Amino acid sequence: MAIDIKMPALSPTMEEGTLAKWLVKEGDTVKSGDILAEIETDKATMEFEAVDEGTVAAILIPEGTDAVKVGEVIMRIAEEGEDASAASPKPEPVTRAEKPEVQEQAAESGTPVPHKVETGARQMFEAAKHDAEVRDPEIPAGTEMVKLTLREALRDAMAEEMRADDRVFVMGEEVAQYQGAYKVTQGLLDEFGDRRVIDTPITEYGFAGVGTGAAMGGLKPIVEFMTFNFAMQAIDHIVNSAAKTNYMSGGQMRCPIVFRGPNGAASRVAAQHSQNYGPWYASVPGLIVIAPYDASDAKGLLKAAIRSQDPVVFLENELLYGRTFEVPKLDDWVLPIGKAGSRSKPPTGWPRKAWTPR
Amino acid sequence: MAKAPARNARTKTAPPPTPNRERPAEPQLYTASKEELLKFYHDMLLIRRFEEKAGQLYGLGLIGGFCHLYIGQEAVAVGLQSALTEKDSVITGYRDHGHMLLCGIPPKDVMAELTGRAAGISKGKGGSMHMFSVEHKFYGGHGIVGAQVSLGAGLGFAHKYSGDGGVCLAYFGDGAANQGQVYEAFNMAELWKLPVIFVIENNQYAMGTSVNRASSEDQLYRRGESFRIPGLQVDGMDVLAARGAAEEALAWVRAGKGPIILEMKTYRYRGHSMSDPAKYRSREEVQSVRDKSDPIEHVKKLLEAEGVKEDELKAVEAEIRRQVNESADFAENTPEPEPQELYTDVLVETY
Repeated sequence: MAIDIKMPALSPTMEEGTLAKWLVKEGDTVKSGDILAEIETDKATMEFEAVDEGTVAAILIPEGTDAVKVGEVIMRIAEEGEDASAASPKPEPVTRAEKPEVQEQAAESGTPVPHKVETGARQMFEAAKHDAEVRDPEIPAGTEMVKLTLREALRDAMAEEMRADDRVFVMGEEVAQYQGAYKVTQGLLDEFGDRRVIDTPITEYGFAGVGTGAAMGGLKPIVEFMTFNFAMQAIDHIVNSAAKTNYMSGGQMRCPIVFRGPNGAASRVAAQHSQNYGPWYASVPGLIVIAPYDASDAKGLLKAAIRSQDPVVFLENELLYGRTFEVPKLDDWVLPIGKAGSRSKPPTGWPRKAWTPR
Repeated sequence: MAKAPARNARTKTAPPPTPNRERPAEPQLYTASKEELLKFYHDMLLIRRFEEKAGQLYGLGLIGGFCHLYIGQEAVAVGLQSALTEKDSVITGYRDHGHMLLCGIPPKDVMAELTGRAAGISKGKGGSMHMFSVEHKFYGGHGIVGAQVSLGAGLGFAHKYSGDGGVCLAYFGDGAANQGQVYEAFNMAELWKLPVIFVIENNQYAMGTSVNRASSEDQLYRRGESFRIPGLQVDGMDVLAARGAAEEALAWVRAGKGPIILEMKTYRYRGHSMSDPAKYRSREEVQSVRDKSDPIEHVKKLLEAEGVKEDELKAVEAEIRRQVNESADFAENTPEPEPQELYTDVLVETY
């Protein structure tokens, strides 16, 4: 069987090109890797290599021909043992206008898709209808409420999840021996040791990547940023590595990781240390973004975040770390992610914020 | 003239310089049995023919987007990965097709991903640069240059944390070797003695920029020195040298001595990607490497010296061509994903 060699597409946008020069002639033997021709694309002159092996039976398009359509047969190769002269000429009439079906599809992709595509909006609407029926978990009557600061509630959430699951560990700058730059990880090193509470060098991009890789490898890291302002050096791993891998792997490679730390306005530290990253991360598909207000929400949502199979950005409020709130004294206080809480009894009436991506 | 020999004699008796810390031994060429040589030949040829076919499908418009071929560099991945065990993991950048085939991922799953089909290993949602198989401990396939180095350190962290005895093989190129995060990862990997082999596949060109135009220290195996990570420079066109280096590196890492760097000197025959006309180097340069150092021809000669007949090698090649053609047919004919797939796998859970 002679092999038809077709005009190749040598760039993503090429539809036709010039057959600038033949580097083989009829009767030559060719093997994979030999350069057959030089072809001018819409961008550059490219070398066209042989894949198949055999003898050049016929060159069907002379060199110097312009506007050779992608997919047009330009030469014919006789395979080993085949009579080159028998395989040669008598090509079927060259049909210049005709393009393989795939090319049609490729060409179409530049134009608007003709059929309707289900968008995420409808799914979100359906989900929201469902959400409206979901309430906060009931706090059983008579449950004791304990007073905790926001930082204690966050610490307790991490400690409880670390006790329950050996895969959970904390890493970040000053989280271990220093007990946390904002003392959120206070006491964790004493209880869990330096295998699971890990001081990192000042190297946000690097440890965000190490944490993300560890999550891909089957662990459940909690990566603390001293503040989210510094996470801008690491945002590549949060967005490109953590958020997108599940999608790009067709759902087989998960990244269960929590990136947490203080975010938003802080006191007297100027613009580089007082900014809200909520909208940045909330616009990234594949990330869960949580910004709790009080200690009860912080504890319940951080525990949910650590258990989640998805990457979570957990934005804390530095100004509230030392404020005391009431937290139900329950063995396992976990709140659902993405469901609004109701505050019938204000102190403040602030809603619990949680963004889920589109 | 009389003085010179005396000085030479004195130099000879002087003890060799003692490194101030332990260093890995100079790796030896691996002594392969005939069966092992045949396997190396098969695996390298499978990658070569697979990549040639991918290039052809790209030319037919069946593969879109970017497509980076591994042709010329086969000995690196084949030599190194032949030394791995099931416990070990692999991560690399976007030039990933060959590494995947060696992890045991079926060629048709890879080819169907290249053509963006639902039966592809990433359901057609990753393409050439983003393929993964947790089952085969292949963790990508990463499109951001250098990201796989930090992520690979993280995989090494997971091996150490869970005590599974595994080692992560983290590949990157001479281009990625200039990314800042590579050195952040080096620092932590040595600090925490993570079981990672950092493999620099130095194919001499970062896209169109040659190593010496981009690197103040172009001996890339030395790039770990400031972090106390030892490095070895290896002939990446010789599969036996690559395997020998892998043995040395694995022994070092498995002994708990921390990470090691292997600089594999290699060469890609094709452009950086399919749309690269490769005008930054001459045709003669490429042809000269092909003629003198082709890794497959090298093993072919060794096999012939072992008495393997031409017919036997032809049979190997015929079987590979059959397999590659079959995967190409599959990749062409299996359906594309449904448009709704755009909205699946964004999140694992429902909230």
